[in-house]
Amino acid sequence: MPFDGFMYPNEVELQWSVLIVVYPFLTGLVAGAFILASLERIFHVEAVKPTYRLALLTALSFLLVAPLPLQLHLGRPERSLEMYLTPHTSSAMAMFGFVYLWYLMAVILLEIWLEYRKEIVLLSQSTTGLKRQMYRLLTLGSSNLSEGALKVDDKVGWVVSLIGIPSAFLLHGYVGFIFGSIKANPWWNTPLMPVVFLFSAMVSGIAIVLLIYMATCKLRHIKIDMRCVDTIAQYLLYTFIIDFGLEMLDLIHRIYEADESFHSLNFMMQTKLFFSQVVLQIALGTVVPILTLGFIQIFHVPEKVRKLCYSICGALTIIGIFAMRWNVVIGGQLFSKSFLGYTTYKVDLISREGELIAAGLLLLPFIILAVMVKILPPWPRDEVSAAD
Amino acid sequence: MLNVTDDFPVMTYFCLTYKAARKPGGGLPGVSLATFKDAEHIVRLAVASAIVLVIFLLVRAHFIPKSFGQYGHYRGDALAELTAKPIHYAGHQTCEQCHSDVLDVKKMGKHAGVNCEGCHGPQAKHAEDPGAGKPVLPDTKVLCARCHEANLAKPKNFPQVVTADHSGGEACKTCHQPHSPLLAPGEKKKS
Repeated sequence: MPFDGFMYPNEVELQWSVLIVVYPFLTGLVAGAFILASLERIFHVEAVKPTYRLALLTALSFLLVAPLPLQLHLGRPERSLEMYLTPHTSSAMAMFGFVYLWYLMAVILLEIWLEYRKEIVLLSQSTTGLKRQMYRLLTLGSSNLSEGALKVDDKVGWVVSLIGIPSAFLLHGYVGFIFGSIKANPWWNTPLMPVVFLFSAMVSGIAIVLLIYMATCKLRHIKIDMRCVDTIAQYLLYTFIIDFGLEMLDLIHRIYEADESFHSLNFMMQTKLFFSQVVLQIALGTVVPILTLGFIQIFHVPEKVRKLCYSICGALTIIGIFAMRWNVVIGGQLFSKSFLGYTTYKVDLISREGELIAAGLLLLPFIILAVMVKILPPWPRDEVSAAD
Repeated sequence: MLNVTDDFPVMTYFCLTYKAARKPGGGLPGVSLATFKDAEHIVRLAVASAIVLVIFLLVRAHFIPKSFGQYGHYRGDALAELTAKPIHYAGHQTCEQCHSDVLDVKKMGKHAGVNCEGCHGPQAKHAEDPGAGKPVLPDTKVLCARCHEANLAKPKNFPQVVTADHSGGEACKTCHQPHSPLLAPGEKKKS
């Protein structure tokens, strides 16, 4: 029997699969990567400049894949167009379509276009064949690279970034809102959910850009800018502390409140979710990175060790945030609303919502990013020539 | 009145230079032809976005059915299409007109509230022409288990059995009268 105790018939089988775990994980990476990019643009954190363009392209690559898990889960992807044609304002999920579209079209694509316009114009003149046509199309017929035009790019880009920050908050806060507003599920139903999702998104986005930056430096045989990675690691630590603080606040509040769901949820944390929540999410995915990053801030650690620590912390953070999404989405469906029974989730290997598809969806943004990097190189010109 | 092609670069320019103009020592420089040219690509982007928006609105106008929103957030014509569909169920009142003997047994027992077609399936064709489509008798060992197979989620006072233990694969109607299950087959309840 896949369940113990008493389950209502519609609770035995989980309705939201691993793909619904992948979806908030991907949107979180988008929002986090964009917020890291805005550190340089809006808050003038010059040290993270080498990752600015990379963070934008990362955000776009993950954003393009973000709706795919939902499409696969629901089936009939052509019907998703309906939410734009006949929008239903009372549906939180339908309105998410507009948040997504706004973020993609008015924020990410616009900012990337303005940031890369100079390169696009130059590439449209230096390349040949199909590539030339593509870049020419992207210039929208204007090859004005005068000082005044570039100033206009910079200023409009600044405004777009400024609008982009609340938009990024909206994008991922919205994902948390969808879970937090499900009043029938005590595991999800907390107004802290959007805030927790938002900060965990920032944590995962910063970590993924840190990892991608270090990996690309290694692949391109370029020296890692330690000032840059040290600053990113610092921001990772600060965001992590806020995120962990919020999650602990939620936990302490639940323990103190100890409502009728508490024993059931507590039992789950000690049994079914012990590995994914206590071991992966809290211990390995949060406490270890916070302690390591904190240690580096206080004591002098050699560069080589710092690099290794950042790689390990980044990877652990990503695993921890994925575990957090798993614990929220899957954990919220493992117990009965009667609080008297628990079911089991067994993910398929090969099916429309199986492990292979989920792994493919997690890999796809990196493939898109590799293509984007070829089309719009995010490296400074002097670095490109040095690598050549 | 605003002229989009003429005034947009000016509006864009004023918006962009507003911040600069507020800086100490900064001033709003004169709007020259060079300024228009510098914002030309932004105008092009705005025009391209407007074209995309217009295409979207045209696509939207084409794809949304005319009757959408007539009664609510759905296609009004759907109601007429649903009404035009063939009727499959005759309704228990129609069955009872001919099968009053079954009704007499049924209304005294626990199955009084169960509709005839709930077990016998849709019978509109049979009701129209009783001779043409005679309904097939349901297999009670499958049919009864649909409601009476034991399940923890069912209310405790609802009659339920583990059929494998209870009847060992025997058809339920061997012992129970399906139209009034507390009676034995063929038995009639005394009124």
